[in-house]
Amino acid sequence: MSLAGHYNFWIVIVLMMIGLYTVISHGNFIKKLIGLNLFQVSVFMLYISLGAVVGGTAPIIDDRFELYSHPLPHVLILTAIVVGVATTALGLALAVRIHEAYGTLEETEALQREREDIREDIKAA
Amino acid sequence: MIVHLPVLQVVLPLLCAPLCVLFRTPRVAALIYFIAAASAFACAVGLNIQTLDGIVLHYQLGGWSPPAGIEYVIDGANAPLLLLVSLIALLVSVYAPRSIASELEPARVGLFFACMCLCLAGLLGIAATGDAFNVFVFLEISSLASYALIALGARRRALLAAFQYLVLGTIGGTFLLIGIGLVYAITGTLNMADLAQRVSELGENRALIGAIAFVTIGMAIKAAVFPLHAWQPGAYSESPSAVGVFLSATGSKIALYTLCRFLFTIFGASVAFQVLPLTQIGLLVGCVGMIAGSLMACLQTDFKRVLAWSSIGQVGYIVAGISLATSEGLTAAYLHILNHALIKAALFAAAGVVMLRLGGTDLQSIAGLGRLMPWTFAMIVVAGLGLIGVPLSAGFVSKWALATALIDSGQWLVLAAVLFSSLLALVYVGRIVEAAWFREPQAGRTPAAVPRAMTAVTALLAISTIYFGIDTRLPLALAQTASAALLGAAP
Repeated sequence: MSLAGHYNFWIVIVLMMIGLYTVISHGNFIKKLIGLNLFQVSVFMLYISLGAVVGGTAPIIDDRFELYSHPLPHVLILTAIVVGVATTALGLALAVRIHEAYGTLEETEALQREREDIREDIKAA
Repeated sequence: MIVHLPVLQVVLPLLCAPLCVLFRTPRVAALIYFIAAASAFACAVGLNIQTLDGIVLHYQLGGWSPPAGIEYVIDGANAPLLLLVSLIALLVSVYAPRSIASELEPARVGLFFACMCLCLAGLLGIAATGDAFNVFVFLEISSLASYALIALGARRRALLAAFQYLVLGTIGGTFLLIGIGLVYAITGTLNMADLAQRVSELGENRALIGAIAFVTIGMAIKAAVFPLHAWQPGAYSESPSAVGVFLSATGSKIALYTLCRFLFTIFGASVAFQVLPLTQIGLLVGCVGMIAGSLMACLQTDFKRVLAWSSIGQVGYIVAGISLATSEGLTAAYLHILNHALIKAALFAAAGVVMLRLGGTDLQSIAGLGRLMPWTFAMIVVAGLGLIGVPLSAGFVSKWALATALIDSGQWLVLAAVLFSSLLALVYVGRIVEAAWFREPQAGRTPAAVPRAMTAVTALLAISTIYFGIDTRLPLALAQTASAALLGAAP
């Protein structure tokens, strides 16, 4: 097996890094969620690659085939995809609420407004 | 019925969650959550009675035998956690209705209790399962529920805290998923007992090192171990009071248990602590966490934030105990998991009482309140003594156990860090006591009346920290069976 033979794992690593970097570097809540999604998708690909068998077909029993891909990692990742969808949905819902409360989707601006609030509280006290 | 206890304690809260959504009325939803928590607690007591005798319970879900099916395994290591989580959930179910009524509009209370049921089911599931992938699923169930719960906090800051926790928690959970994937790739199984056997036959393996690293870092994020704690102060202090009580006492503890389960049962202490310098890393991180957490707690101006930062310091003790990888160290870590959960629950419950009476918890506004609400602040002092580790408090018992374990392993520097951190704890607990008892109350303050249920729960938790400081038999027995079960020695 050469390095190129493992191309799917290289894609996993590259996607994972792009995702993590997006989460860390961007201050926009939606962009953070996109990064988070990329990061999760890379892990899905890792699992799916694990289940792949060279020359194997979809694991549906049929007389014409003898070699099947391993179904277990695929089923596992179906669960993880559902988890990913739920996380994204919740994250987007929170982003909507944050936009309602602060009028912005930028983390720095939201934190800025928070600091102003605290300053006003101290003045009022 | 008895045979099905391992799964019932997870399934009942899970089924109660949709019921809470169906019966939106606050009172009915609270009752349903109470039933869920009470039945989970009853199951946990039943399970603990069996595991304390050294029995390991195996339950095959749907009758499918492992390794194909999912198996629940209840042994000495997870039974105490089940007891702890369901006990705290039960107390919160008494505490929450009145507390949440003052913080949330009635239309949302039903959904709040649905999330509490889900969170409880997730945490119990993580502890009960014997299947590595199942851990991830339950972890995400409890995490998703807790993000939603934190976002229900009264101030808009709660939304930012919840979002930050969502991002970091998802990264933590996904790291665990990667770790499980890697170890599955090299062993071809997900059953914990199977994994343990195959990993021990592996020898040198780079994918295994990767798996250990990913699982350790993922769970360290979820447990708010020091440099990975960024989400924690906001999440604990901005969430509704009842959620703060529940999460601070159970969330990070379950993550630490999961870490122990993976490091000791699946990877095996001899492998995990050999291929990676986990002892050195853990002790270093633990020491820095103890000191930095306590130091930051001294600098906070809000009571709840003091408590949240103090938790980061206290998790440092537990991490230090785990990193020793000796039977004494693990016993100390488990003791502190149990004792610190009770202490922090008591303090967050008291903070909730203060919040209800004053509408805020910053240290300015609690000035002089010791005279106006002597009982609440007496309980804060009692539980605070536990945080410092004063003799005859539960905190002392676990710190003493940790100190002896550290001396046995010759880790004098870590012992010095523990002592220094305890001194800092004296400072931050002292600041609260000073503000409450020795300052003049602000003029014209008439705190609102507090429901009896909330005071009763706070008092019960505070008294239990003293009780377990004097009569240490139960927590010590639980901690010893747990460490024996994790290290694989005969109990």
